[in-house]
Amino acid sequence: MPESTIKIRGKKKNSFLDKVKEILPDEGNLSLCLTCGACASGCPATGLEDMDPRKFLRQCAMGLDEEAVKSPWVWMCTMCQRCIYVCPMKIDIPQLIFNARAEWPREDRPKGIRDSCDMALRNDSNSAMGTAPDDFIFVVEDVLEEYRESQPEFKDMVTPIDKPEAFFFINQNSREPVTEPDEMVPLWKILHLAGVDWTYGSKGWAAENYCLFLADDECWEKVTRVSAKQADELGCKVFLNTE
Amino acid sequence: MKVSSEWNKDRKIKFTIQDPCQIVRKGEGDVVADDLRFVIQSVVGKENVIEMTPNKSNNYCCGGGGGFLQSGFPEERREYGKIKFDQIMATGADYCITGCHNCHAQVHDIGHHFEGTYGTVHVWTLICLSLGILGPNERAYLGDDLKDVDVFHPETSMF
Repeated sequence: MPESTIKIRGKKKNSFLDKVKEILPDEGNLSLCLTCGACASGCPATGLEDMDPRKFLRQCAMGLDEEAVKSPWVWMCTMCQRCIYVCPMKIDIPQLIFNARAEWPREDRPKGIRDSCDMALRNDSNSAMGTAPDDFIFVVEDVLEEYRESQPEFKDMVTPIDKPEAFFFINQNSREPVTEPDEMVPLWKILHLAGVDWTYGSKGWAAENYCLFLADDECWEKVTRVSAKQADELGCKVFLNTE
Repeated sequence: MKVSSEWNKDRKIKFTIQDPCQIVRKGEGDVVADDLRFVIQSVVGKENVIEMTPNKSNNYCCGGGGGFLQSGFPEERREYGKIKFDQIMATGADYCITGCHNCHAQVHDIGHHFEGTYGTVHVWTLICLSLGILGPNERAYLGDDLKDVDVFHPETSMF
């Protein structure tokens, strides 16, 4: 037995970990780490920026907020959740990453992600490429017309936009209408042959949401609500995101 | 709508599958990974699917998610993706099928960057190919081995 216990003096700082625990269900199990390393050994981001999931969590647990939260590594973890899947204690490290991202001043977050988010906020498309609703509608109708003519077996194929009461509300990644419109066609053909009742939305048609990756809560909620509202107002039953 | 793998019976072109983290591990789990395999096996032939290890819910992320593609760290993103690249190459497959848009971009990019020999395809392309309704201009991600297979309305080719 030691003769005396070590007493740590001073007031405990409000750490990043404590802050995140307050907002996660069951505190994200963040205090249950056994330091086994299953997370780090199966994480493709291990080693980047001299960081790995276990090290990140341990740094947070020890109050080394500066080292952990400000590491560019928080932008290299894809929050794929494999670490949770293999963790015996189901610790939610990806949520810790998301909240670490949110700690960064918006202007210091990666420009590419921020610009893609800002583009999505420009109009009601939600497109990270800034494509306006009218441009999307034009491309879809133009490509449809071309294929109906050149492939007569599909002369009755449709690509509804804002069809009320359609069963599926389908989102489309901006890359297809903007840079490779022919890639939209195989999906249309399958939906046509399967007799699927579907629609695009003139608002919220774009599937990507970079505001989410930016950890900008206000903006990603805004973007998501544009899509959800359009699907709801049309009376669609199932929201289908092709991302 | 009846798909068939007849077109690949003699060609024996091999495919592997990148399970999207979003819909599999973070979404519906192995059930949807199995559904994906039902579709793919029906379309390319069960004997022509070569699995990566690990896969399904335990699959490695390719590195295309979480905004990594736009984050301005291309070198790190590719280093991250090297695990996936090695996995795909180890299968010896001619194509990696990606059911997710971000996976498609990343798997395509790392294949090019590390000078891989595989192509990266969307599921919709293969379904239409198997139905004989894939036109000449809908084959951007098919290689020379599949560019001319069962072309629907070849006279409309823009190439």
